[in-house]
Amino acid sequence: MKSLEELKDMRNKFQNEIKKRDQGPRTEIIVGMGTCGIAAGARDILKAVLQEVDKRNMDVRVTQTGCIGMCEKEPLIDVKLPGKERITYGNLEVSDISKIILEHVINGNVVQDLVIARHSE
Amino acid sequence: MNDSIYRSHVLVCTGTGCVSSGAKNLKTTLEEELADKDLSSEIKIVETGCHGFCEKGPIMIVYPEGVFYCEVSEDDVAEVVEEHLLKGRTVERLLFREPMTEEQIPSYKDIDFYKKQQRIALANCGKIDPEDIDEYIALGGYEAAGEVLTNMSSQEVIDEIKNSGLRGRGGGGFPTGLKWQFAKNSDSDKKYVICNADEGDPGAFMDRSILEGDPHKVIEGMLIAAYAIGADEGYVYVRAEYPLAITRLEKAIEDSEKYGLLGDNIFSSGFNFKLHIKKGAGAFVCGEETALMASIEGKRGMPTPRPPYPAVRGLFGKPTNINNVETLANIPFIITEGSDEFSKIGTENSSGTKVFALTGKINNTGLVEVPMGTTLKEVIYEIGGGLGAGKKFKAVQTGGPSGGCLPEKYLDLPIDYDSLLDAGTMMGSGGMVVMDEDSCMVDVARFFLNFTQSESCGKCTPCREGTKRMLEILNRITSGDGKDGDIELLEELGHHIKSTSLCGLGQSAPNPVLSTIRYFRDEYEAHIHDDNCPAGVCKELSSAYVIDEEACIGCGKCAKVCPVDAISGEIKSAFVIDADICIACGACEPECPVDAISQG
Repeated sequence: MKSLEELKDMRNKFQNEIKKRDQGPRTEIIVGMGTCGIAAGARDILKAVLQEVDKRNMDVRVTQTGCIGMCEKEPLIDVKLPGKERITYGNLEVSDISKIILEHVINGNVVQDLVIARHSE
Repeated sequence: MNDSIYRSHVLVCTGTGCVSSGAKNLKTTLEEELADKDLSSEIKIVETGCHGFCEKGPIMIVYPEGVFYCEVSEDDVAEVVEEHLLKGRTVERLLFREPMTEEQIPSYKDIDFYKKQQRIALANCGKIDPEDIDEYIALGGYEAAGEVLTNMSSQEVIDEIKNSGLRGRGGGGFPTGLKWQFAKNSDSDKKYVICNADEGDPGAFMDRSILEGDPHKVIEGMLIAAYAIGADEGYVYVRAEYPLAITRLEKAIEDSEKYGLLGDNIFSSGFNFKLHIKKGAGAFVCGEETALMASIEGKRGMPTPRPPYPAVRGLFGKPTNINNVETLANIPFIITEGSDEFSKIGTENSSGTKVFALTGKINNTGLVEVPMGTTLKEVIYEIGGGLGAGKKFKAVQTGGPSGGCLPEKYLDLPIDYDSLLDAGTMMGSGGMVVMDEDSCMVDVARFFLNFTQSESCGKCTPCREGTKRMLEILNRITSGDGKDGDIELLEELGHHIKSTSLCGLGQSAPNPVLSTIRYFRDEYEAHIHDDNCPAGVCKELSSAYVIDEEACIGCGKCAKVCPVDAISGEIKSAFVIDADICIACGACEPECPVDAISQG
């Protein structure tokens, strides 16, 4: 390393990974991973979410949750933008994920036809 | 650092405290379990330094949620992986419970112990992998050094440190900026900087934790100090009893050299700095700066009179600047955030924060970092969670063997260098031992004096002979042979030793005795005049226990726990204690269901 600029470039490169440990407000994507969710294919949904987040180099927090009682609508994910209501999408296919991420997470437009619930916290 | 993005980070504390409670096996089991569930590519395990809450170890934190699990054993790993990492359900039984409310707290940041702290020196401890320089850089590491070397003159750096009001965290409290100025002003072709990591106070482990948890921060602090005074070589003097700190520091130095952050022409500034580690053999006196330098030079670790001060004639006869680990760990913050920002924290004459090793009869023990000026009460009751059930606060000992004990009336005292000195104790390196009514203050004073007496290097007479005589008197008092005039003699000796000893060890050794006499004189008097140890600690002064015949229900529980079989009797009739055999250990008293046992 030869200069302060070089150091700052390194920092920018490394900090995405360590942001996982940042507890500040960020967009959250929560995947239902109860037994019902897993049986309906939630693992593949989770992997698709992670791939999409990785591919687009997005600053979001991906977590899992247990069964929320809507087992027949699994697999489902929640998207919570900071300061916005929490939207639950259900009966998902892996192919729906890129649409949700592009439309909702990035552009802020809820994908109406996949929504099964809304909660304001 | 791996390029793929993990969805979750599991931080396993591998500080010395958690390692001794099994963190290494925990990590291995976790790795196996993740591999078994095919999660290794999604979840990253990070070994971190100390979180400060060693009592609750091994500690594991799961991000991005920030869930804090404590006292996690190998057997819990499968459940954490299955429930939390796979299904997203928090394993509630492993969460921390607040001692006062029994409430379960899932998140790291909401636990009282952490919530009320302000972390500067410990900012990265428990947050990053100390063996991964990239993680330090990811959080802005080495940018302060880069800024200093690229854009600041050495005088500007010193002015910034002076303006911050930072004072030495090793105990003395000398203004750091001024110390650097002296070393800079000394004209010489060769200068040194030394990091004093010879942490010797019993129970204090903040320096070890910083070196183990965030070694690069100390290296960065030294780099800045070296540039400011014009040194091109440095030593970290660390005791050999800290093997993990040494390993991580060695790794950190190696990595920094690889990145060109140590060595020649750092940041293309033309500035060179070489850093060595010197392992100390664990003599307490080697924490004193002149003795420390003698030890680095390969001589016997004994202090020499000052002046000349190290800033004028130090290591190998060259101007030298010596700072403590925690002091150096504050430097990068002051440069990046600015000295004004730093001096806003704390009090007018003691700016910034201080790390304390909180121990004793308290619910949450561990390392805590609080702004200067925080009161003893806040640290003990709000962060420390108060004393055990039904126990009453008696005293708090600060400053380790060089400090003193303060009674209850000082609980509202703000913690800063000057208030503590006025009250007859000192900041020291930051030991804080809380004592309840079961602690005998004479015995406490004896314990600390016993430590300093055996660590006295023997060079100067007041310390060598004086502490020995004081200890003899204390031994006599605690074994029931105290005499009239002993207290006055202790005071006289103490004052002489303080004013005539060569170095800080002797000058502060009588403090535990003098402060306990000042605040707990009645306990000394009870030992000497009434042959009584009010706390029941000094066995030779304790009278035998007796059973109240009227109250005794004859259950026999007391007889079962008596280690010397002094209790006899028939079930369902009153038991008796043989006063000649009883050693007054007190084991029987809490066993009695009807409180029929008391000390006679």
